[in-house]
Amino acid sequence: MFSNRYIFIYSSVMVIIVAAILSSAAMFLKPYQERNIRTEKIMDILKSVNIETTKKNAEELYARYIVEEYALSLDGEIVSIFRDNNFEKGNIRAFDINLKAELGKEDQLKAGKGTDEPCFPFYVCNKDGKNYYIIPLRGKGLWGPVWGNIALEEDFKTVYGVTFGHKGETPGLGAEIANTDFQEQFFGKTIFNDNFDFTSVKVVKGGAAMLPPAEQIHGVDAISGGTITSNAVSDMLFDCLKNYVPYIEDQVKK
Amino acid sequence: MSEEVIQKEPLFSPKNKRLIFNPLSKENPITVQVLGICSALAVTAKLEPAVVMSISVLAVLAIANVLISLLRNTIPPRIRIIVQLVVIASLVILVDQVLKAFAYDVSKQLSVFVGLIITNCIIMGRLEAFAMGNKPWPAFLDGIGNALGYAWILIVVAFFRELLGSGTIWGYPIMETLGLYKLGYENNGFMILPPMALIVVGIIIWIQRARDKELIED
Repeated sequence: MFSNRYIFIYSSVMVIIVAAILSSAAMFLKPYQERNIRTEKIMDILKSVNIETTKKNAEELYARYIVEEYALSLDGEIVSIFRDNNFEKGNIRAFDINLKAELGKEDQLKAGKGTDEPCFPFYVCNKDGKNYYIIPLRGKGLWGPVWGNIALEEDFKTVYGVTFGHKGETPGLGAEIANTDFQEQFFGKTIFNDNFDFTSVKVVKGGAAMLPPAEQIHGVDAISGGTITSNAVSDMLFDCLKNYVPYIEDQVKK
Repeated sequence: MSEEVIQKEPLFSPKNKRLIFNPLSKENPITVQVLGICSALAVTAKLEPAVVMSISVLAVLAIANVLISLLRNTIPPRIRIIVQLVVIASLVILVDQVLKAFAYDVSKQLSVFVGLIITNCIIMGRLEAFAMGNKPWPAFLDGIGNALGYAWILIVVAFFRELLGSGTIWGYPIMETLGLYKLGYENNGFMILPPMALIVVGIIIWIQRARDKELIED
């Protein structure tokens, strides 16, 4: 028979060995995993301007199409500019900004708890001689985070393309936001009205046709059975895009 | 000079061969023991995730069986389930990390199901029923056999679901190449949904039992 002492020593030794194996494996594999995540982020950004990429050419196409990366403050000031692999101003690269942390800072600031100024990523893409502006998005879905990118045309208000992703929305219902059929609805919608007041694009339960005719250009159809995820996309668009309104208004006035 | 002949069992004796081949048919973990059904339904909409899942289960089951079999005389019976779980869980985490590093797309498709290999009854079942009482080599063969038994069902199911549901085989648009869409053929979207996996598994069980009368219970 095995004594209690033996059982305790046995399990302690086992746990220590297992912990050592797992942590060294995690350390060894981390660079590979991070590269995958980085490539996926690049592919997502480029997909929002309707550029199809593969894993292999993602880095190369990113360097060719994304000409400038800005970090913007809440008041629309440009904190830093990153162009041609060089910082022209400041030292924050939009690509390396953790949007989740910045949105957290914004909430803290609003609640009067924090003093950290958030800054938001903004990409300028040049495709076929035209500029497109890409804004990353992040919000809370039903079961976990939802995220995406939205690309605006040169007039800063017409949607050129979107991508959405999610951690674990319900398959067949909320998860449909990742489908092109849902995303294509956004093409050509506008986030500002004719007077340049910010309206965002709403995901409307029952369909965009429920809105008054003048507002239909700011709405898309929600997913049946995926109301909470649809609302989450709506909220995410509003919450993330509103931070760019001061900057966009400045640009349009010029 | 006396010569002592040590009778050693050959590596692939008839008994050992049975360990590999029985789980493929008569003792198949899915169609006969009806274990591991959950993952069989979830990852078989396409061939690629099904194959990756099969390889993952094969690696985990074979290595876990050997490890437990090596440790079997040192494991205190009172905590044996915990020891088995620790071995399985660490192997699964390793597999998950490796997939995230080298097969990122597939690992995203498989999502939670890699983690759920830990709770796959086939693995705990083999450790408890076989590896705890047998030497490492038979335990290894038993692990390989059961994993292959699981794998071939998964792959057959995934083949038919991908072919009839999406019209592709391993992503290759076979139906389009054959020009069937022009003749009015349409993909059956129902095949992609989990219930159809259950029906395909059911058909395999039906064929298997029709051919092998021993399996029919009264």
